[in-house]
Amino acid sequence: MTGFGDIGDIGNCGDGGIGDCGEAMHRLYHYLDGELDDVRRADIKTHLDNCLPCLDAFDFEAELRLVIARKCRDRVPDDLRARIAVALQHEFKAAGGPPITDGITGL
Amino acid sequence: MATPVPTDVQAVFVEQAMEHMPSLYTAALRMTRNPADAEDLVQETYLKAYRAFGSFQQGTNLKAWLYRILTNTFINSYRAKKRRPEQTDVDDVEELFLYRRLGGLEAAAAGRSAEDEVLESFTESEVKEALEELPDQFRMAVLLADVEGFSYKEIASILDVPIGTVMSRLHRGRRALQKALFEFGMNRGLVGEREG
Repeated sequence: MTGFGDIGDIGNCGDGGIGDCGEAMHRLYHYLDGELDDVRRADIKTHLDNCLPCLDAFDFEAELRLVIARKCRDRVPDDLRARIAVALQHEFKAAGGPPITDGITGL
Repeated sequence: MATPVPTDVQAVFVEQAMEHMPSLYTAALRMTRNPADAEDLVQETYLKAYRAFGSFQQGTNLKAWLYRILTNTFINSYRAKKRRPEQTDVDDVEELFLYRRLGGLEAAAAGRSAEDEVLESFTESEVKEALEELPDQFRMAVLLADVEGFSYKEIASILDVPIGTVMSRLHRGRRALQKALFEFGMNRGLVGEREG
């Protein structure tokens, strides 16, 4: 994995900041992914509260992810819903159960 | 262990599984890159899931279980049909690739609205295409984490790989995705190559 040693102006707040910019950048995705334990999470949070360059980078990555998630949705075609309902009804019938209509096509 | 009668299984399956169809269909589209294949993949996933529903442990994550069936079915039945190169060289893509070109201290000084506007201006088809350009392994990891919000542990279980592999694929996939988005932005004159 590439280190953050050459991070340039990002992650180099140095003297004024609390905590380590390199450490914050190294854990950026673990932080955004919710994969840090409480102690490490709190350490990063404290650092971000005191380091504008790191906070800005974190905000950008968080916003990018929201944009990706929001712009990556597709509507299920009605005929696919119908096809799956028919296929499942066929399975249900083969298993000897009564037809289920509630909820199978609705959403 | 009490085995539910078939009709109960059917009712529970319908009640619990059908609501996940929109996200399964979205994932299927990104994986197959083709609506007809995506529809077949989702239908096959539901039939397999219903047939295996007896082995699903109630109380565990049904969505993750369905995704596991979806990705296994894709890998076994659909991926072999495609002969696209699996090589994406991201070694030249540095950390925070997009941020360095769109954001940074200058943008922060000018207010965050400019970089947010650029991010917002990426169209749905650009975001989808950027994701679909990624090699399968990277694409699935990024999709599961960034679009569907699964944890590393859940992704490891869905893809049947170690957590370290999940993190590595995410790391590389996200960098490649940023590069692809940047290229869309460049082509539209939306963003420019920053000096220095």
